[in-house]
Amino acid sequence: MLDPLLLVASAADSVSPLAQMALGDDPAGLLPARQQMALSLGWHIILACFGVAFPAMIFVMHLIGIRRNDPDALLLARKWAKVSAVLFAIGAVSGTVLSFEMGLLWPGLMGTYGDVLGLPFAFEGLAFFVEAIFLGIYLYGWDRMPPRKHLLMVLPMAVTGVVGTFCVIAVNAWMNAPVGFDLVDGEVTNVDPWAVLLNPDAFWQFLHMWVAAYMVAGFTIASVYAVGLLRGRRDRAHRLGFTLAFGFASVSAVLQPLIGHLLGSRLAETQPAKLAAFELAMETESPSPLRLGGLLIDGEVRWSIDIPYLGSLIARNSFTKPVEGLSSFPVQDRPPVNITHLAFQSMVGIGTLLMVAAVVFWVARWRRHDLLEHRWFLRFAAGSGVLAVVAMEAGWIATEVGRQPWIVYGFMRTPEAAGENSGLWWLLGTTAVVYTLMTAGAVVVLRSMARRWRSGEIDLPSPYGPEAQRPHGTGAPEPEEVQR
Amino acid sequence: MTLAEVVAAALFVGVLTYALFGGADFGSGFYDLTAGGTKRGAELRALVDHSIGPVWEANHVWLIYILVTWWTAFPETFAAAMSTLILPMLLALLGIVLRGASFAFRKYAATLGQARLFGAIFAISSVITPFFLGAVAGGIASGRVPATGRGDLWTSWLNSTSVFGGIIAVGTCAFLAGTFLCADARRSGKHRLAEQLRWRTLAVGAATGIFVFAALIPIQRDAPTLASGLENQAAPLVVTSALAGIATLVLVAVRRFAAARLTALVAVAAVVTGWGVGQYPWLLVDQVTITDAAGARATLEALLVAVGLAGVIVLPALGYLYRLTQSESWSRPI
Repeated sequence: MLDPLLLVASAADSVSPLAQMALGDDPAGLLPARQQMALSLGWHIILACFGVAFPAMIFVMHLIGIRRNDPDALLLARKWAKVSAVLFAIGAVSGTVLSFEMGLLWPGLMGTYGDVLGLPFAFEGLAFFVEAIFLGIYLYGWDRMPPRKHLLMVLPMAVTGVVGTFCVIAVNAWMNAPVGFDLVDGEVTNVDPWAVLLNPDAFWQFLHMWVAAYMVAGFTIASVYAVGLLRGRRDRAHRLGFTLAFGFASVSAVLQPLIGHLLGSRLAETQPAKLAAFELAMETESPSPLRLGGLLIDGEVRWSIDIPYLGSLIARNSFTKPVEGLSSFPVQDRPPVNITHLAFQSMVGIGTLLMVAAVVFWVARWRRHDLLEHRWFLRFAAGSGVLAVVAMEAGWIATEVGRQPWIVYGFMRTPEAAGENSGLWWLLGTTAVVYTLMTAGAVVVLRSMARRWRSGEIDLPSPYGPEAQRPHGTGAPEPEEVQR
Repeated sequence: MTLAEVVAAALFVGVLTYALFGGADFGSGFYDLTAGGTKRGAELRALVDHSIGPVWEANHVWLIYILVTWWTAFPETFAAAMSTLILPMLLALLGIVLRGASFAFRKYAATLGQARLFGAIFAISSVITPFFLGAVAGGIASGRVPATGRGDLWTSWLNSTSVFGGIIAVGTCAFLAGTFLCADARRSGKHRLAEQLRWRTLAVGAATGIFVFAALIPIQRDAPTLASGLENQAAPLVVTSALAGIATLVLVAVRRFAAARLTALVAVAAVVTGWGVGQYPWLLVDQVTITDAAGARATLEALLVAVGLAGVIVLPALGYLYRLTQSESWSRPI
């Protein structure tokens, strides 16, 4: 979606005979439902990252402010809280869109498996509840609560970020590797919702996404301060804001490749076709090469750089075990190859780059070189937020497209989950317009907040409030009325 | 009571709480919209910001609770209702998205022009969103959502029960918000503003009360099952709502705003519960009962664990938030 490479890949996929076969008698609601889900989930997931990771960063910044009596840190925490108010509001409403869409777009999935996959969502709802409550308390508690107690109000939000992520990811992991029910004569029986909540794939997939959230939020916030530093705003607050956010992002970026590797090494067992698509493996080769880049065109792999042994080593932890090739799966069970492969490799490539950048920065700092003095590093850091977002989106594209043609792997194909509503194209068009406007609104508001902060304002009073509306010169509040 | 009915009751508690507290947040949009020009409405708009700012997201989560409990416990009816009532659902969703986003944007808008644009979107979407949710309730209560497959896309929500349901939803939201805002204005020492709100709350309350009881007439013909429930098992609730509604009007008239808030909550709760009790034991009226619509037993039991945890974790936290927002130090300007 965000990655030009993926456009090429999807073009290549759409002319492949595979895709043409799939177009046969799909329900009218399938294609718009897919696009709608990609748009609304792809948009929401960025804000969800902030919902998960931002509270912990605000907590640390606020803690530094209180512990060291540091006015810069306190002011930054106050500003970050205001930014989070805007981001969480649009995150909450775009998350609600997804709740509706579960039923609107995928009636077949929800009607059949609603009671199997629902429990984790119920717990996610609990987590979201607690997050929304403490968000309200924290945002409005500034100057109204004792400072230490006020600070503690952030902690529940950081904890619910963990719980909420786990629960949502548990459902996705269940779609990848379904458990907790039996299918007897086409009827779903023996439902065990706890097995779904605690399914074996949930943990590693959760860890992967949770750490990704910290990368997205951390690098994005760091890139905002990198832009400020590039423009010559080299005050302590900019350095502090950058360092704390980049610190969170760095720890995550270093851990992420390891977590991703451990998650990926389960694929040979659980979703071999997805692994084959990731690795662009058409035939089963022993040992399998690592195939960098490349596209599958007319059944042939072209333009790829093959590194022998490395595919087996990375995917199977072995010098000889092969990656099972796509040719061993029936054509109707294969995912779109090119888009999955390129999305996967974009994620891995960008993730590796970000990890290297994090290591270089901290090693240099340890050797007493401050890379914040170098414009080349600041330029890279300014782009790191976008890179982290692209990597995460690419990861979601890889895992979701790679699961196709299944919505519940091995049990329900995506066309069976969709409805017959061709009117969903209208929904997609409307959503595209509304989300574009909402993005524009958020950008305008956040930029104006930054501008006013730079000019020395702190509280950002609303321009329509009584204070702003009172004529100049009669500043004193009227006797009965109290000014806000 | 069967296990399914216990879960349905827990689901309905969510519907009720959302109608009361989420409803009051939506209703404040009515006063924001009718506050007058920028200068005249400044104080009222600041009050709306201050009143719903800390709580609207938490109140909004009741909607998520409703959706999740519904699809987990009664999956086929969820799919059926979403397919049939897709249009009012999407319009309500659009309103929810626009309301939440523009409320946050307005608060931090830099210029008056931007604030007016976001404010208009916030206020208009706040006022009309409850209409579509009320229309959804009307579609279900009048037996227009089939248990499987898809009912009529238009008549399922453009019928007299739905239209009255929608108008009642808009009215009750504004009525609740009025009593809440009167009390908030009084508490923060804005007596002239409280007076201004008092008259409008009285007007909205009287109009809504008339609509609630006028609706009983078309419902007889359009939704006979619901009507018979309202005349029988739900009759005490109908009476309660009338008495509490009148009491609220009197209390608002004599400026006992804090007490009026409680009677207003009782009046609206009685209307909403009247609908729920009136259509019992149907989940989708005339189509499928609560017991028949239920999903797997193990899931229902697990859901009750989640509901119990919500009672232990969420309710105290929510109570703490409400208590803070009503406290003296939070009402004071900073």
